[in-house]
Amino acid sequence: MSVAFEILMTGLLAIGCVFVVIGSFGLVKLSDFYKRLHGPTKATTLGVGCILVASIGHHATLGDGLGLRELLITAFLFITAPISAHLMAKAALSLDRQRPRQPATDDLSAPPGTTDRP
Amino acid sequence: MIQTAVVFSLYAVGVAMLLSLYRLLRGPSMPDRILALDTLYVNTIALLILFGMYLDSSIYFEAALIIAMLGFVGTVMLSKYVMRRDIVE
Repeated sequence: MSVAFEILMTGLLAIGCVFVVIGSFGLVKLSDFYKRLHGPTKATTLGVGCILVASIGHHATLGDGLGLRELLITAFLFITAPISAHLMAKAALSLDRQRPRQPATDDLSAPPGTTDRP
Repeated sequence: MIQTAVVFSLYAVGVAMLLSLYRLLRGPSMPDRILALDTLYVNTIALLILFGMYLDSSIYFEAALIIAMLGFVGTVMLSKYVMRRDIVE
């Protein structure tokens, strides 16, 4: 295994775990559900994709051949992540429609007609 | 070098799973818990893949693939249940 290949693998693993941690940290840190939806569905999916690509390279050096199962998992995750995010956003919207939340405090979210107009 | 990186990534994914477990237990609304459960599924896939790299074994891919498929089905079912209060339509 050459040194450049090891550096590539280590870089992919580092990028992957950084993105996974950023996604979960955004899930904890952000304030609203619609903001929280962005962290796991984008950052975590990209991070797991990087880790799976690193795994393809690692198992190709072990003599198992170029595995297609990891690519299958990657494609499945990249296809299903937007669908599940869309469905969760729809679920949250229907809950908000049943029970209206407290209006947010910034000015942009004021209902139309209540702002001062010249 | 790769083995050190794999161990470090295992720790990092463990921290990410703890963070999403916090959101799963704390989460104020139902979609928050669904989102945290979905994140736990995805993190579990990463953890299984990294564990397979750590042991130099390839038998964990099937488990990761099954978790990916069933996790997606579970997320869809829970979201449909929150939307409609009914799963089988």
